[in-house]
Amino acid sequence: QSTLVIAEHNNGKLTPITLNTVTAATKVGGEISCLVAGSQCAKVAEEVSKIAGVKKVLLADNDAFKGFLPEAITPLVLATHKRFNFTHIMAGATAFGKSVIPRVAAKLDVSSISEIIGVKDANTFIRTIYAGSAVQTLISEDKVKLITVRGTAFEAAAMGGSAEVGQAPAEGVSNDKSSFLGQELSKSDRPELTSAKCVISGGRGMKNGENFQLLYKLADKIGAAVGASRAAVDAGFVPNDMQIGQTGKIVAPDLYVAVGISGAIQHLAGMKDSKVIVAINKDPEAPIFQVADYGIVQDLFQAVPEMTELVGKN
Amino acid sequence: MSGLRVLVGCKRVIDYAVKIRVRPDKMGVVTDGVKHSMNPFDEIAIEEAVRLKEKKLASEVIAVSCGPPQCQETLRTAMAMGADKSIHVEIDLATYEKMSPLHVAKLLSKIAQDNKVDLILLGKQAIDGDCNQTGQMTAALLDWPQATCASSIEKTNGDIKVVKEVDGGLETVKVKLPAVVTTDLRLNEPRYATLPNIMKAKKKPMEKKKPVDYGVDIDPRQKVVSVEDPPTREAGQKLDNVQDLVTKLKEQGLLTS
Repeated sequence: QSTLVIAEHNNGKLTPITLNTVTAATKVGGEISCLVAGSQCAKVAEEVSKIAGVKKVLLADNDAFKGFLPEAITPLVLATHKRFNFTHIMAGATAFGKSVIPRVAAKLDVSSISEIIGVKDANTFIRTIYAGSAVQTLISEDKVKLITVRGTAFEAAAMGGSAEVGQAPAEGVSNDKSSFLGQELSKSDRPELTSAKCVISGGRGMKNGENFQLLYKLADKIGAAVGASRAAVDAGFVPNDMQIGQTGKIVAPDLYVAVGISGAIQHLAGMKDSKVIVAINKDPEAPIFQVADYGIVQDLFQAVPEMTELVGKN
Repeated sequence: MSGLRVLVGCKRVIDYAVKIRVRPDKMGVVTDGVKHSMNPFDEIAIEEAVRLKEKKLASEVIAVSCGPPQCQETLRTAMAMGADKSIHVEIDLATYEKMSPLHVAKLLSKIAQDNKVDLILLGKQAIDGDCNQTGQMTAALLDWPQATCASSIEKTNGDIKVVKEVDGGLETVKVKLPAVVTTDLRLNEPRYATLPNIMKAKKKPMEKKKPVDYGVDIDPRQKVVSVEDPPTREAGQKLDNVQDLVTKLKEQGLLTS
């Protein structure tokens, strides 16, 4: 058994989901190597070398990896696999991991396994289908298993390791099929949604984008991230990257506060693994109350400012 | 240059509004007598292809669906929305249920080559298996570039510029044609098929094929062990006021910062 974990990062810092992916790899068993591909990313390789459980770090520092395009990363992963012959290749189930893993899988003529939430043994994995409405256990019969990992389903690996850093076989990597033109990332001082300990989300009940300020105020007081239901995104209140649910992000924080969200199946799929769920909605029949640990049947425009006021007091 | 030849994948799935029920034998979900529709992301793909045609950027839109005979209804819908013709790759239900995205990608890549396609538009994922693989795999098999989760597509000379939905916001890439693009929710709002167009679609050509016609083996690589209900959450308590809520949350150490 040996697993290659493809690290995700921005050339300066490691993306936390890589740590959850390493934990999933640990559950498979065997030696874990980590591939760090990017441009000017030696710092990340050093960070990765300190993850407990990682035996080897393979660094590929090349301008061809600018933008982390799958057309450039795929040949690198294939060359690395050819040299080391892994039994498993894994990445986090993010935009990056989802774009690379299936591409590599098809090149190796294997089926890939998306967004696992559990590892039963080296060949048997658990994942959800129909937006979390059913849980599927499957056995992969392929010689190499190509897997993306749902970050919220695995603990983050601890730091404290000391892996050796070597070079990945990156010679001859080039990409003339695609180019990276730029990105527009939402800037925020709040924690990132998928790794936040506490998430506050707004739905159609927020009525407009400006009213999300109410949630931001509460969020800043308790160090929470802010999300939204698809209804709020569709209505144009907030951008799509805030969307939680089947077609958006999956979160599982310690505390999830759903504000003005009715609780469509599509939304529940994205948050029902949260430890404690609070629902604030003026409709006592809203389905969100069926999954909430604590429900407040009240107008959110009163309840949220009141909560913001009270959380600061002892 | 002449217009693009566009291939669009249309998967038939359980309608998004249907409540999913696990089968008593725990090997799948109940599909008998359940309303099916076109995968919503594929509807967006068809819409985008038809818009490219309306802008004279595409010359022909071909819809394809792999699966049991009922997929033909899905293809009629695609043609009623504006696809020019369609290809049904017929696969019996028992075999189809064991297929994975790799098999579909192999079929799509062969169909794309046979039909000299310049652009393949697919939904980013199907809402049944939630795999999000077919587009990337098809691109890999053809050795074409891929742009996943598109929220805007713009054709330039020999390239397309795609704005993609990524975790922290948006990303813009340029990919050379031929290419595979997968669609995300904000790309467009699919039209409803009008009655005259539904009638017209009945006369549009539909090719019927089998996987063997494309030399693609569809032997399963994965075995489903079980399909079960997710753990359920018990409804908790309704509290009378926000004060009680804050007290409870503080007691549990959930409002620490």
